[in-house]
Amino acid sequence: MEINKYNAIVKKHTPKENILLNCLISFIVGGFMGVVGEILIELYAYYLHIPTKEASTFMIITLVFLGCFFTALGFFDNWVRFAKCGLIVPITGFAHAMMSAALEYRREGFVTGLGSNMFKLAGSVILFGVVSAYVFGILRIILMGG
Amino acid sequence: MTQEYENVYINDTATISGTYEAKGPLSNFFDKSYNDLYFGSKSWEDAEIKMLGECIDILLQKTKKKISNIDALISGDLLNQIVSSSFNASKVGIPFIGIYAACSTSTLGLLIASNMIEAKQAKSIITSVSSHNCTSEKQFRQPVEYGGPKPKTATFTVTGAASALVSSKKSKIRITSSTLGSVVDSGVKDAFNMGAVMAPAAAKTIYTHLVNTKTKVGDYDLILTGDLGRYGKDILKDYMEKEYGIELNNLDDTACMIYDIDKQDVYAGGSGPACIPLVTYGYILDKMKKGKLKKVLMVATGSLHSQVTVNLKKTIPAVSHAICLEANL
Repeated sequence: MEINKYNAIVKKHTPKENILLNCLISFIVGGFMGVVGEILIELYAYYLHIPTKEASTFMIITLVFLGCFFTALGFFDNWVRFAKCGLIVPITGFAHAMMSAALEYRREGFVTGLGSNMFKLAGSVILFGVVSAYVFGILRIILMGG
Repeated sequence: MTQEYENVYINDTATISGTYEAKGPLSNFFDKSYNDLYFGSKSWEDAEIKMLGECIDILLQKTKKKISNIDALISGDLLNQIVSSSFNASKVGIPFIGIYAACSTSTLGLLIASNMIEAKQAKSIITSVSSHNCTSEKQFRQPVEYGGPKPKTATFTVTGAASALVSSKKSKIRITSSTLGSVVDSGVKDAFNMGAVMAPAAAKTIYTHLVNTKTKVGDYDLILTGDLGRYGKDILKDYMEKEYGIELNNLDDTACMIYDIDKQDVYAGGSGPACIPLVTYGYILDKMKKGKLKKVLMVATGSLHSQVTVNLKKTIPAVSHAICLEANL
């Protein structure tokens, strides 16, 4: 059988993903994460009497800690399965990616396991994050003069 | 290549399952089930090695045989360098054939054992397989705790180990024939749609077996494929009809049987080398011993990819081996 004909059979029996529903869930959960972040910033700024910029750093630390903590307790992956990019795209997803790889490879030793595998998933986030920061930084200088 | 056998029997079997399988509809048919995924070991790999070892021990206890009375161990699993099997082979210390045919390892093991028994090269052979959801996730996909989103066509690797004692000593289950499958490349690249990857291999093996043994689909009470999943099963039926003009009306797939696929969160169903033997050695053989099924064609299917070939965006080859079981009551 030709590949095209076989692909047609495969396509006929392959279920459609609920893209709209997934987007909606991700949008709501992601938005909720934004609200939680904003509340944390306001609370830190109010109670610790610090500027908003510093409070947002505290907020990031808090969310990263919670992402790691819930991953270590073993139920964050269930939330990720449900909320998908709603939890993967925010900073919690980055923490979760690092923590899950660290947990997985810890048994293979600190250097050969944990050290060399911890960035297995998060490595590309860091690399392309830094690269795009450079690109957009240069564009900003060219277009807006700094 | 199809072989017919006169004097090959499955004397006894042993199965161990993990937690998800124990919550499924076939839980009563497993010899042992664990209620966590570490089994008291420190790593997933240790856990799988331990599970396979215990499975062989249970088989020896059930058959009241000593390991020294067994001529050879044929075993395989999914891990790189089939370590679960090799490490257990080192423990038991009898001649060992390590095999890899991905999720079709179980029937390949039975096939090699049957050939050796029929040719009187050996009197009794243990064939075993294992798979562990977490070792597979780690090796083929992402870290277990990451839980990234997957499409509906993805399958859930079965945690379990299964062993069978094959010999020329008469018992209620006879292995009457086998077909060694050839590798088929369906042109599919998606490792999350292994049903589509493996369906043409299963179809080719089933067709070859029917032609070579001069049988029809209706001669079998059940044709049991390995782990095509709920969508792969439909693809196989459709493909078989269009390519070979054969209607598979007595087909079932163990991926859909081992879990309650509507209630358990397992995507399209189970997969892994342990999937088909865990269902067959407990549930199906029990039905055969009770006379409810007389002739069953066990068609395990394996997707022969590695994470590297998937990253290289290569098409995935697949293989399927068939074993015909008949009740000998």
